[in-house]
Amino acid sequence: MVLNTFKVVLLAVLLLANTVFLSAAETKENEKKKPFNAKEMIMHHVKDAHEFHIVEWNNRPISISLPIILWTNNGLTTFSSSEFHHDDSGVQIVEKNGNKFAKLHEKIYQLNSGAETIEFNQAHHPENASLPLDFSITRNVFMMWISVILLLFLFITSARKYKNSKDNVPTGIAAFVEPLVVFVRDEIAKPMIGEHKYEKYMPYLLTVFFFIWINNIFGLIPIFNGANVSGNIAFTLTLALCTFLITTFSGNKNYWKHIFWMPGVPVPMKIFLMPIELIGIFTKPVSLMIRLFANITAGHIIILALMSLIFIFETVWVSPVSVAFSLFIGVIEIVVTAIQAYIFTVLSALYFGMATEEEHH
Amino acid sequence: MTITGIAAIGAGLAAIGAGIGIGKIGGSAMDAMARQPEMHAKIQASALILAAFVEAVALFGVVAALIV
Repeated sequence: MVLNTFKVVLLAVLLLANTVFLSAAETKENEKKKPFNAKEMIMHHVKDAHEFHIVEWNNRPISISLPIILWTNNGLTTFSSSEFHHDDSGVQIVEKNGNKFAKLHEKIYQLNSGAETIEFNQAHHPENASLPLDFSITRNVFMMWISVILLLFLFITSARKYKNSKDNVPTGIAAFVEPLVVFVRDEIAKPMIGEHKYEKYMPYLLTVFFFIWINNIFGLIPIFNGANVSGNIAFTLTLALCTFLITTFSGNKNYWKHIFWMPGVPVPMKIFLMPIELIGIFTKPVSLMIRLFANITAGHIIILALMSLIFIFETVWVSPVSVAFSLFIGVIEIVVTAIQAYIFTVLSALYFGMATEEEHH
Repeated sequence: MTITGIAAIGAGLAAIGAGIGIGKIGGSAMDAMARQPEMHAKIQASALILAAFVEAVALFGVVAALIV
């Protein structure tokens, strides 16, 4: 018994000593390299990229290259992002289809004719290069396709289960999907839009709910390097635009009357309210867009910032604190994935309900 | 003080505002749920929606700070 305790203590001391020496060796090596820049690392993770950067092994990045598709004045140009050799500072020049390209801050620049290298002005913006139309399959696009395939698989298989079952009892995947669909119908669509009109909007609400939720969850899986799909403002802009268009086109007479000539208030107030309500049409989708974007991006930034504390202090002793905290935030983020999908769907349903409400005075 | 420092202070102020707002919503929702446990689900749903509205304002502050 005593011997066992002694062994355990000895092992613990050895392990601790080992980590201390290791960290000492690491800091010495770090002094030679450039200092760790937390902001750069976090922004690199949060932004879209042309490759899946998985891990750095012996100073060699292990990554999956994704295709680059450009529309230039010489027509369609395609090549692999591996031709840039992981360069992101605009040094590596790739010549394709008579044009020269360079990658700078995850943007593909096309060099003007005659130019050999990118020249920067004082604000560190490239002077002799322009941005061609970029249709590349970036990692966000790639992850979005994976989530689309997953959604198709989920819903087509569960629909087939219902078709083949005799008593309409859900089995397999359908048993997982049905409560969620019923939740969207009974807790979101019916109370917000109304018993009679909700059916028309169910396909959109279900699509938005599951698409946002699955993309939020994919964003939290580290092996995908936090492909931050729902934390990309273009993604949330598109979804908010869909909600805006559906709201605007399903608005009835009563909805427009409440915007342009508010009933039940004196005439000066009607004139005063008109511009406010008119701005309100546009602030609703904008707030939808920013809410989802900022929530998901902020979650990613917090987790990564807590993890970079280890590298900022350059000691392993911070790691228990930062791992514990980022685990805690990670668990909260799992809840947030569902809450944000719910909020986006509820608010979309609320706006549809406002647009289709009948007069009741 | 640099512009980044001022932006960070602005983001912090936005967080204070959202903290007060969400705290009030949460407190009132808890009160209401304790008084009327049978309305639990409805109160929770509206509290979440209201919290999202309040939080959006704070996130506007965060986005403004990020852009600066």
